[in-house]
Amino acid sequence: MENEALNKAVQDLEARFGGTSRIFRGQVQVELPVGQIVAAATALRDEHGFEVMPDITAVDYWPQTSPRFHVVYQFNSVSKNIRVTVRVPLDGNEPTLPTMTGVFPNANWLERELWDMFGIRAEGHPDLRRILMPYDWEGHPLRKDYPLGYEEVQFTFNYDEIDQRKPRPKE
Amino acid sequence: MAMLDRMDVTLDELKHLVSDQALEGDTLLLNMGPQHPSTHGVLRLLLELDGEIIINCIPDIGFLHTGIEKNMEAKTYIKAEVMTDRLDYLNTMGNNLAYCLAIERLAELDVPERAQVVRVIFAELQRIASHLVWLGTQALDLAAMSVFLYCFREREYILDIMEAASGQRMMTTYFRPGGLWRDVPVEFERAVRSFLKYMPGRIQQYEDLLTKNPIFLDRVRGIGVMTKEQALAWGATGATARGSGVTYDIRKAMPYSGYEQYDFDVPTHTAGDVFGRYMVRMEEMRQSLRIIEQAINRLPMGPFRSNDRKFVPPPRSELGRSMEAVIHHFKLWTEGFNVPKGSVYQVVESPRGELGVMLESDGGPKPYRIKWRTPSFSHIQLLSWIANGHYVADLVAIIGSVDIVLGDTDR
Repeated sequence: MENEALNKAVQDLEARFGGTSRIFRGQVQVELPVGQIVAAATALRDEHGFEVMPDITAVDYWPQTSPRFHVVYQFNSVSKNIRVTVRVPLDGNEPTLPTMTGVFPNANWLERELWDMFGIRAEGHPDLRRILMPYDWEGHPLRKDYPLGYEEVQFTFNYDEIDQRKPRPKE
Repeated sequence: MAMLDRMDVTLDELKHLVSDQALEGDTLLLNMGPQHPSTHGVLRLLLELDGEIIINCIPDIGFLHTGIEKNMEAKTYIKAEVMTDRLDYLNTMGNNLAYCLAIERLAELDVPERAQVVRVIFAELQRIASHLVWLGTQALDLAAMSVFLYCFREREYILDIMEAASGQRMMTTYFRPGGLWRDVPVEFERAVRSFLKYMPGRIQQYEDLLTKNPIFLDRVRGIGVMTKEQALAWGATGATARGSGVTYDIRKAMPYSGYEQYDFDVPTHTAGDVFGRYMVRMEEMRQSLRIIEQAINRLPMGPFRSNDRKFVPPPRSELGRSMEAVIHHFKLWTEGFNVPKGSVYQVVESPRGELGVMLESDGGPKPYRIKWRTPSFSHIQLLSWIANGHYVADLVAIIGSVDIVLGDTDR
């Protein structure tokens, strides 16, 4: 890492929050334990000048269960022009993580999307509803054990048969 | 009856977001959208109104959710690229570019100089085309009909150039990992040069119609003010943030496709209101013209795509002579190419702001996970507080000024 400020931030994440860092294709990725993520984000924002958190997303490693998910945070410093990616491994099928809304207000919708698409619950979130899928949807579409799905073509001879097993909103 | 029950549940879910007065009936709850001409797509806004003043605005998105990220996981890299066009349908070239750059970064693939320059030209043409749609619809929402018609006339010019190169006006899929789909046609340079001659006078014409128009100014000054700190905290990017004085442009900060070789300014405005964002975008169109002019002057001859046969198909002429070319061709169009294991986050400056692709590969021919960090998603979230205290009519100006595309939001 040639950048002095980035070097300092990554060393801080490693020393104080138990992170492990690596550089891949010129980008810095730090892996942090889930308990430290809010404190680490606060430190990144207040001490290292990362004013923007553009994105939160996740990757599902099903059928692996430990860790099953990696939650990926991106941090961007506009003033110092550096970026860092923070990855948080999560175990189990119904994982939770502390909410980031107190540090970055735009985490509100990003964590709603995380819940909607992956079923990762942000504890302490002020308004944790589904955001993209209908409110009564079951399942979390971007999980790897969620089928891609397709619509069966109905012909005259099997119209009723397929009609019966068509997914439809619950009454 | 079942229908009514479901509506109740929806209101129940939102109860904690509106004030107590709304539940007692002192304030009015009003649905704006999902089918409303000034929401620029299928965006539903639940407004809590005190008279005509907005005291709460609750955006509801997802009406255009098509599961593009999930679908892309099931397709090879080449097949998945056509879906990138459908995300932000006003910035198809920019989406192709972000996607190709992510793959190229992960696969460490080189792109020849000619392809880089053509990419820059099209990305900037697309930026102008997108800003023209923004300007036209923003002006139309504020009742300036003629600007709308002019903007779409000029946009057609750009779409013609894109059609000549890619065969499609909008859904281009023109950039491919490693370069371009095909070389630009012979008339490309002439068409771009004549556009460069034609466009500056047109931008001046829009400015004459709007920038000093007192009716327009009354509608945009002091409306939807966002400070620099708010813009950063809420993840605003691009022209929306630059209208609040954030001097950040990814083309300058983290150059890609050789943007560091071009001379251009990053316009900012300190007002932070609808007018500030308007001024920034108008100036951005001029800067884009500057970049296009420099790019077309240095457009080098040479190959238009990489020579790496593991990623880029061999030219048609080789297929009749070389067995190896036939094998590569067959492998690429059946299995696709394998991208090394790993994860990257590639950002580009789209006309709306920071467009990020988080691409994770497991070493196979399909993206293991691809996440589109889209600027419209962050910008719609701004509507939940930026419109409070304004009139309903001003909300229309604010929606226009943050420049949202619902296909980009819902993915």
